[in-house]
Order: sequence, then C-alpha cells, then structure tokens
Amino acid sequence: MTLNALLFQALNGLSTASGLFFIAAGLSLIFGVTRIVNIAHGSLYMLGTYIAYSLATKIGGAFGFWGGIVLTALIVGVIGALIEIVLLRRIYRAPELFQLLATFALVLVINDATLWLWGPEDLLGPRAPGLAGAVEIFGRRLPSYDLFLIFIAPAVLIVLHFALAKTRFGRLMRAATQDREMVGALGVNQAVLFTSVFALGALLAGLGGALQVAREPANLATDLVAIGDAFVVVVVGGMGSITGAYLAAIIIAEVKALCIAIGVVNLGFVTVNFSKFTLVAEFIVMAIVLIARPYGLLGKPQGVVRSVAEPEAPIRPATPMLKVLGAVVLVLLLALPLLAQTSPYVLVLATDVLIAVIFATSLHFIMGPGGMHSFGHAAYFGLGAYGAALLVKLAGFPMLAALFTAPLVALLGALLFGWFAVRLSGVYLAMLTLAFAQIVWALVFQWEGFTGGSNGVIGVWPAAPFNKSWAYFLLALAFTVIAILVLRRFLFAPFGYAMRAGRDSPLRAEAIGIDVKRIHWLGFAIAGCVCGIAGGLFAFAKGSISPEAISVSRSIDGLVMVLLGGIQTLVGPIVGASVYAVLQDTVMRQTEYWRALLGVIILVLVLAFPQGIAGALSALSRKLGRKPGGAA
Amino acid sequence: MSVLSVRSLSKTFGGVHAVNDVSFDIGKGEFLALIGPNGAGKSTTFNMINGQLTPDSGDILIGDKSIAGMAPRDIWRLGVGRTFQVAATFGSMTVVENVQMALISHARGILGLWRPAASLHRERALELLAQVGMADAADRPSRELAYGDVKRIELAIALANDPQLLLMDEPTAGMAPRERNDLIKLVKALVVERGISVLFTEHSMDVVFSYADRIIVLARGRLIADGNAAAIRDNAKVREVYFGTGKTFQETAS
Ligand SMILES: Nc1ncnc2c1ncn2[C@@H]1O[C@H](COP(=O)(O)OP(=O)(O)O)[C@@H](O)[C@H]1O
Ligand SMILES: [Mg+2]
Repeated sequence: MTLNALLFQALNGLSTASGLFFIAAGLSLIFGVTRIVNIAHGSLYMLGTYIAYSLATKIGGAFGFWGGIVLTALIVGVIGALIEIVLLRRIYRAPELFQLLATFALVLVINDATLWLWGPEDLLGPRAPGLAGAVEIFGRRLPSYDLFLIFIAPAVLIVLHFALAKTRFGRLMRAATQDREMVGALGVNQAVLFTSVFALGALLAGLGGALQVAREPANLATDLVAIGDAFVVVVVGGMGSITGAYLAAIIIAEVKALCIAIGVVNLGFVTVNFSKFTLVAEFIVMAIVLIARPYGLLGKPQGVVRSVAEPEAPIRPATPMLKVLGAVVLVLLLALPLLAQTSPYVLVLATDVLIAVIFATSLHFIMGPGGMHSFGHAAYFGLGAYGAALLVKLAGFPMLAALFTAPLVALLGALLFGWFAVRLSGVYLAMLTLAFAQIVWALVFQWEGFTGGSNGVIGVWPAAPFNKSWAYFLLALAFTVIAILVLRRFLFAPFGYAMRAGRDSPLRAEAIGIDVKRIHWLGFAIAGCVCGIAGGLFAFAKGSISPEAISVSRSIDGLVMVLLGGIQTLVGPIVGASVYAVLQDTVMRQTEYWRALLGVIILVLVLAFPQGIAGALSALSRKLGRKPGGAA
Repeated sequence: MSVLSVRSLSKTFGGVHAVNDVSFDIGKGEFLALIGPNGAGKSTTFNMINGQLTPDSGDILIGDKSIAGMAPRDIWRLGVGRTFQVAATFGSMTVVENVQMALISHARGILGLWRPAASLHRERALELLAQVGMADAADRPSRELAYGDVKRIELAIALANDPQLLLMDEPTAGMAPRERNDLIKLVKALVVERGISVLFTEHSMDVVFSYADRIIVLARGRLIADGNAAAIRDNAKVREVYFGTGKTFQETAS
C-alpha cells in the first residue's frame, strides 16, 4: 500500500462521511428535542434517493438534477412533518419502546410503498450536470462530484450551527434539548416546535439521500443499512450534538477507508483481509467510544430522565384461572400432532412459534424486569444456532448434545457482551447491544472457513426420532415449557426481584446492599443463555443456519413481539410472540406487500393498545372483575 | 468510641466548595441534627458518608474503619442505613416486598434463584412495618402510597439490617407540621429503644430543638457551630446565618 493510495482512500472516506452526516444530524436533532429515536429516518433517507432519481430523470437537465435535489429535500421535509402530525404526536407520552415500535412500523410501510411506486430494481441516477468529470488527485481520478460532497457536509454543518445559535427557533430547540419542562414554561407552542424539528430532521435526511443519487443506485435495502450507520454515528458523536455527528461520521468513514486501503496483509502466519473489516469497523469504534465515553464524543449526560411509562403493578403468582388456561393450552399443544395430521405445515409453523416464544420470553426477561432494552438479542440466537450447527458439523456432536451445549455458547457471548452493556442504560445500552449483535453477524459472515460465510451451515437435520415434524415439535415444546417455567421461577425468586429493584431505583437498591450492575449482568447472561436454546432449535428446525437468520431484523422482531404482548406482563411475550409469528406467516403468504400490512397492523395495535395485548386484556379483566389484577 | 467520625471532609463541584473542612463525631445512641440553609452542603455530606460521593479530601470512620470512597452497598453492610431527601422505593413492588428486599439482602440471599421472594422474611418485614405504623398497607403497591407514608416505608427499610447508624436526609420534607412531629417522635422512640445513632437534617427548628440531643450547623459548606439546643440558639454565628438574612428559624422551614 502506498501513501498515495492511503490518502486517496481518506478522501473517499470524507465523501462517504457526508451522507452519514446528513442522516445522523437529522436523527440527532429529532432525538434531542422530541426524545424519539426515529428508526424510520433511514427510510426518509432512502426516499430522498428515489425521489431525486425520479426528478432528475423525469425533468432532466441541470434543473432536474440540482433543482430536484433541493425539491426532494423539501418534499421529504413535508413527509416528515406529516408523519409527526398524524402519528408521532399521539405517542409522545407513550413509553419509549412504543415509539420505537411505531417508527419501526413506518419503516415497513415506507419500504413497501417504495417498492410499489418504484419497483424492485436498483435505480442509478444520471451524472451530476457540471460535475460529471473527475479530478486527478494522488495519482488517481476522484470524481468531481465526490469532491463536492466533501465540501457540502461541513457547509451545511456551519449553516445549521449558526441557524441554531442565532435564531429564535434555534434557541428554542437548544432549550428544549436541554430541558423540556422549560419550553412549556416559556409558553411556546410545543406542537409547532416538535413538528418543525421533525420536518427539519427529515429534510436533512432527504437531502442526504438525494445527494447520493449520482453516486449510488437507489436501493430498497438502504433504509436499514442507513439507519444502522446513523445510529452508530449519533451514538458515537453524542445524542443531540450535530457537530458530534459530523466528527463521528468522519471518524467512522475514515476507519472504513483505512481498512480498504490496507487491504490484504500477510502477517507471516496468517493472511488478513482488512477490507472485510469494514462491516464491523464502525461497531467496534462505537463499542470503544461507548465504553470510554458513555455519552458519546460530544454528548452530555441525558438530563431529565423520562419516566412517562405507566408504573408497573406488583407481580403475583398465577391465578387459578391462568393456571387452568395454561394447562388447557398445553394439552391442546400436546394434541396438536394428532389434530394436524392432515396439514403437516401446521406443525412446522407451530415449531416456529415455539422458537419465537423462547426468543421473546428471554428478551422480555431483561427488557421488562431488568429494564435493559436490548436491540441485539439476535446475537445470542445466532450464537446458539451457529453453536449447535457447528458442534454437529465440525465436532460430530449428536443432536441432543448440541442442543444442550448451544445455550452455553450463547451464555459465554452474553457474559462477555453483557459486562459492557450493563455499564450503560437507555438508548445507549440499546445501541451498544445492537453493535455487539452486528459484530456477531459480521463475524459469521466473514469467517467463511469456519462458518460458511454467506451460505451459512447447511444439512443440520435432526436425528431420528426427531426427524418427524411431530416429534421435533414435541421436543421444541418440552424445551419451551421448561424455559418459560424456569425464567418465571427466577423472576419470582430474590434474583428477579433484585433485577426489578435495580430497575425501579438503582439508588435505593445500592443503598440496601444490592450490586445492581452485577445483578443485571447475570440477568443478561441468563437471558442470552435461554435465547441460545431458541437458536439451537431453529438450526435443527430449518436444517441450516445463515447470517440472514441472525440479522438486525430478528432483533427487531423480538422487540415487536415483546411490546406487542405488553412489556409489563409476564405472559405478554408468550402472547406477543405467538401472535406475531402467526401474523407474519399468514400475512407473508397473503400478499407481496406483507411488510406494509404488518406495519399497519403494528401501528393500529400501538395506537389502540399502548400497554400491549396482554396488558390491555389484564386491564380489561381488572375493570370487569374488579379483582386485584396483578401482572401475572 | 464514636460510631461515626467525620474528619476534615471536603468536596467541591466545579469550584463551589459544597463541603469545606467539616469535622464532627456521633456517639452511640446520639440523635444528632445537621442544620443549615438550603445549599449549605447537608446532602453532600450525607452522600459522602453513605458512599454515593467520594470526598475530595478528609476521612470518614465507622468505628475505626475508614469508609471514604467505599461503595454505598459496602457501607450499608457495615450497618449504615439511609433514607433519601427524595424518597426512593421500588415502585413495582408491594410495601412489604420493599422491606423484604432489604432483609433478603441483609441475609445475603439476593442471588437466590428458586424460592419465591414473597415468602422470605415476611414475618420480620411485617414487624418492621408495624413499628413504623404501616402494617395495614403491607400488601399495597408502594407506588400508590402518599408521600409521607413512603417516608415511613423508607424508615422501615433502613431499619431492616439492624443499623448502628441511620442517615436521614430531610425525613420530613413534604409533610404537614403535625406529621413531621409524629415521624421524628417515632424515629426517636425507635432509636432510643435500639441504641441506634442518628444523623438527620430537618428544616423545622421546633422539631430540631425539641428532639435533637445535639445540633451541628453548616453554612456555605463550613461547620459553624456544634452544641446543644440552648448553645445553638444563642450562638452568634448561627443567628447571623439565619437572622442576618432577615430570616427567622421558623421561616427557613420549606
Ligand atoms: N452534583 C452536584 N453538582 C454540582 N453542584 C452540586 C451538586 N450537588 C450539590 N451541589 C452544590 O453544592 C452545594 C451544596 O448542596 P447540597 O449538599 O445539596 O445542600 P443542602 O442539602 O444543604 O441543601 C450547593 O451549592 C449545590 O448547588
Ligand atoms: Mg439537601
């Protein structure tokens, strides 16, 4: 590698950083003022690229391109304002996680709307009129447009900086970022402020997306990739700081560029291809920053702790009615192989549901009682699944031995990652867990020799007698029942109480001798271990495991299941996982646009049942029966 | 020997001397009031004694063991109970469960994974609740209680590990005068019975002068007086701090 190559990649990195900056700055501003983590921000960015493409090609010429970019930013800004008015305004007072769920539903809806409007093909826009050439730098040719991108990001940063410092709107925004009560005291129309901020954030995302039109094709997968990157940038830079976002965007883009520039290196005994590290580089940067500076490079500790969530009712042992209900469900499930003799697919689906139930119940264990909102539970699912598959394939383990060892693999991962994660809280914990999950994902994706890379591990079939779908279903049922009962037992034991104590009031918990971090760490490890069971079962149920099955969308699925069921109830995750898994399967087979349908269903549920399905049911039964309804 | 000795304790926050070279002792069974205007450094002193803050300099001894900079949970294990200025309980638990948690922790049973917590030490927890007059509310969710009652629960929690020293930062804040008097009377009765030493802050001078064995006064981070009710009432520096600003003792109650 020459110095010139390095410098050239560094420039390349700078132009990539500009895209990252635009989306992250908007995300950060919105979070700062509204305290909403807008997962749909990547979707707005993606929309920007698509709209700019259409304007540039339909209108054409310099006006269609450059005017189109400006127009796109405005259009996306208006879309943002509409989203805020129609949806988000209704859920500002809802628990934080519900807001995440709602914005995630938007991701699904926008993705399918884009598919419907523009089709599934990648769309590459025209070259930028006036900047179609390239300049010779460091012995290579850098497109002039990239050079333009390098300068536009700091220019917008400076404009934003002055706008926030000098205008009344900017001062209000900063005041709101620091202290939300104060805005109310100033007598400002909060609704207008929030809508404007959301519109501004959306406009920035739209602009960022539109600027990519001459560089990268519009692509339907951009939304989740972009939001993942943006999360990292915002968290590294510090929530609410746009200068921090710029700094972080540069650092991350440069680290990636460096990996590419270094390329393949022979270290004597082993050859390392550094360019493959680009997938994990940003997450490693984030993990390091979060551990050293928990609030990001330029972030401040989050001021007011928000606790608008409905306080939770004390947990009570299962009522006789719940016990009877549980027994009836269990008997029905045991009879399912007989009932479903004519339609074997039912058993396959039912096994999927059971796996989802273990996954969601283990996630709920740390999210609900532990108050740790993990966005990366897929990591432990993946460790369990790959653990089981590789033990069978490489170590020749019999199936049952692999199924029992898989959770231990997940446990080790959870002990390692959890140790770091419990040092943070709130959004920062969510992002760090996401980072760890991405590291696991990238590891299995890139370590081809061991994990099979993108193809994954195949041919992991259950041994007789479990090669019959009914037998495997019963095996999965046994694991599920045991997992649920054990986790439940833990929650009623002192350990589970201590987890809740640490969540309710860390101050009080520490003042009565409870080591909150240690308790939460152990809770994290237990959840990871149980989640590993789900992973192991999954590998054998499908006969294979690939990186796709442990991607970020699995983590999100878990969140949706837990929230759908109701985070404050212990049966919630079971209900939520069952409903979601069946819904996903049914909806998926109904229409090509299943994502949108799913999104709409989630939105309706969020707006109709802010406490989740099980939460709403228990509230209803409280109302009807006037019994002391606990969170059974 | 003193139960607690504070030696030349100091803490600054970005240039503000919140606590400045403060020294005092508490003898066994003593009911010691720490008073001073808002911002005098009372809570900061409490927070250093119970381990929430690390002192910049100086030392804190429990018996003859130095505890400066130790974690709150370790200091608690040495027999130091605490109530907070803003009451802190576990909102998702019932009243009795809150007390049970302290008892379970005291018995080092927190890591228990099997036996239901609700069945552990319940009798003892109910006794403690009865002592603070909250037995009737035992099975109510603690988040439903009135603030004054939450303060009583905190007291029951703080008594759970048989402390030798109780730190009570404004135990009566947010209470009606009648309630204040009752609570302090209750505390006094309990600690006399058990020989516990208490360090407490309180805004009502009536309460302080009628119940405290001894009073120490903080002003702008410095200890300006140490003595019994009569001595404090007549102390020139104290009068200046309270009256010099045009306030009377009574008016400082907030
Ligand atoms: N965490 C902190 N950061 C900065 N300043 C603090 C902090 N805690 C207290 N202070 C300051 O230290 C001084 C003493 O505060 P405090 O101990 O709470 O007083 P009191 O409890 O007597 O009202 C005050 O000036 C207060 O503003
Ligand atoms: Mg105070």
